[in-house]
Amino acid sequence: MRNAFARVLTELAKDDESLLLFYADIGNRLFNPLKEFAEERAINAGIAEANMASMAAGSAMMGHKPFIYTITPFTTSRNFEQIKIDIAYQNQPVIIVGTGSGLSYANLGPTHHSFEDIALMRALPNMHVICPADAYELEQLMPQLIELNAPCYFRIGKKNEPAVHEGNPALTFGKVHVMRPGERIAVLSTGTIMPLAQALVSELTEHGLSPELVSFHTVKPLDEAYLNDAITRFDHVITLEEHNVSGGFGSAVLEYVSEQENGPRMHRFGIPDRFIDQVHSTADARAKAGLTVPDIMSTLSERGVV
Amino acid sequence: MTLNSIAAQIRYTLCDVSSQTKTPHLGSCLSCVDILTVLYWRTMHITPNNPANPERDYFLLGKGHAASALYTTLAYRDYFSPTALYEHGQTDSQFEEHPGIHAPAGVETVSGSLGHALSLATGMALSKQLQGAKNRFYVLMGDGEINEGTVWEAAMFAAGKRLSNLVAIVDFNKLQGTGESTEIMHLEPLEEKWRAFGWHTMRVDGHDIDALEQALETAKSIPQPVCIVADTVKGKGVSFMENDNNWHYRIPTEEEVAQAKQELGIS
Repeated sequence: MRNAFARVLTELAKDDESLLLFYADIGNRLFNPLKEFAEERAINAGIAEANMASMAAGSAMMGHKPFIYTITPFTTSRNFEQIKIDIAYQNQPVIIVGTGSGLSYANLGPTHHSFEDIALMRALPNMHVICPADAYELEQLMPQLIELNAPCYFRIGKKNEPAVHEGNPALTFGKVHVMRPGERIAVLSTGTIMPLAQALVSELTEHGLSPELVSFHTVKPLDEAYLNDAITRFDHVITLEEHNVSGGFGSAVLEYVSEQENGPRMHRFGIPDRFIDQVHSTADARAKAGLTVPDIMSTLSERGVV
Repeated sequence: MTLNSIAAQIRYTLCDVSSQTKTPHLGSCLSCVDILTVLYWRTMHITPNNPANPERDYFLLGKGHAASALYTTLAYRDYFSPTALYEHGQTDSQFEEHPGIHAPAGVETVSGSLGHALSLATGMALSKQLQGAKNRFYVLMGDGEINEGTVWEAAMFAAGKRLSNLVAIVDFNKLQGTGESTEIMHLEPLEEKWRAFGWHTMRVDGHDIDALEQALETAKSIPQPVCIVADTVKGKGVSFMENDNNWHYRIPTEEEVAQAKQELGIS
């Protein structure tokens, strides 16, 4: 997904001279195509992420549209106070790009994991939170975020995420994309865990169910219109995310649904409230976190859903 | 009016506003009044009747707790009426104890959390350098404020980009919230520290109007970022406040304001 980010940014920067990229000394050759025609707008901010966030806010105040880019924990939690005051409170159109989110860098350990970033960002007024599932979603949504001209957190993956969409559906910021209509059960997924959601839907289908599958790429603002409708249509709503089950996407849906009358039962799946370490791969880490189809099916079975 | 008499008027108003509105940080305000006076009456290209002039120079207050010093300077520089200053810290006032997004025209950014202003100004200065614009950026920081690591991140970046449109001024009053700044962290030799970070440095008496003016004029032709270390006295101008750190938080009584008025030569 990071390759798609660099490619889309390069294309957009050709037509929009106000776009700036600040990156915290990562990416190696990733941004060479951008540097070829706009070297001065691809700015290595050094390994100084807090300063990078405030500098980006300052450049936005002067009319630029900056992106800040590095591995997720370093551009969400390490620099959180700079984001809160200089980007969110002062409402500056900085797009914060966290790459390798969730368990993308599972093997690098808890220093490089991010299970708290959605929680942090969605707690900030003025902030928008967008988690594309694959390169296609990134490509569809990124120009819309620039158009939004407001603080955004863009939570992206690393590389080689499987494409999750068939055809080229039009995606709209702030609106869910229903990938497969269904009944009784809705599976709502945000970000790069979508292939697991798809596998879960296949498994549920084999059990004779017909679940709805939804890409919930925009976590803030929540698509309340969809949820209002979902409340009347489903008995069970399942959320999936590669983030702590507390405070993230599932919590956002739960908070909304729980305050409506006669809502469906919620089933949130994500990282349990613990650090995940001693793992070799993202698949291993997901297994340790219980983010597998058998684990989820087991919970759903215990709860009488299947 | 001479700049010294303008500065005296600002100091008296700061004492009176603090007393009447029960807002603290008087000592921190008094140490930077001469610096602000020189910036706003001599150094910066500003147009108070058109605060949004895109060609203006920018002042960023790092030590946001000295907001009252900035508000009062702007008031006497005709951005708004000095009578408005007595709304300081009141509910729904533009003049919050730390400048917020509703601050009056002339206040360029939010402040209050230390160590943000130099980073913001560095981003602003970089943008203007890319745009080929001539605006200059002035940042005032406290000596306690430069404990913050982001200050030094910004310092390294700005020097790396040779941002010649950026000037940092350290209000070196030797006292921070709860003690002596040179003892709480190892600050000295401060101008050498900034020089080692790639900045052109000068050290001046932060209460000498002519020396400040000369240093700030010199800075305009230096082809790299400039740091002016200004030696100051916390509580400057009022004998019983000078170098007494209780005035970081204390509110003066009416009698104390009257004594300050007399000492400052305000009729």
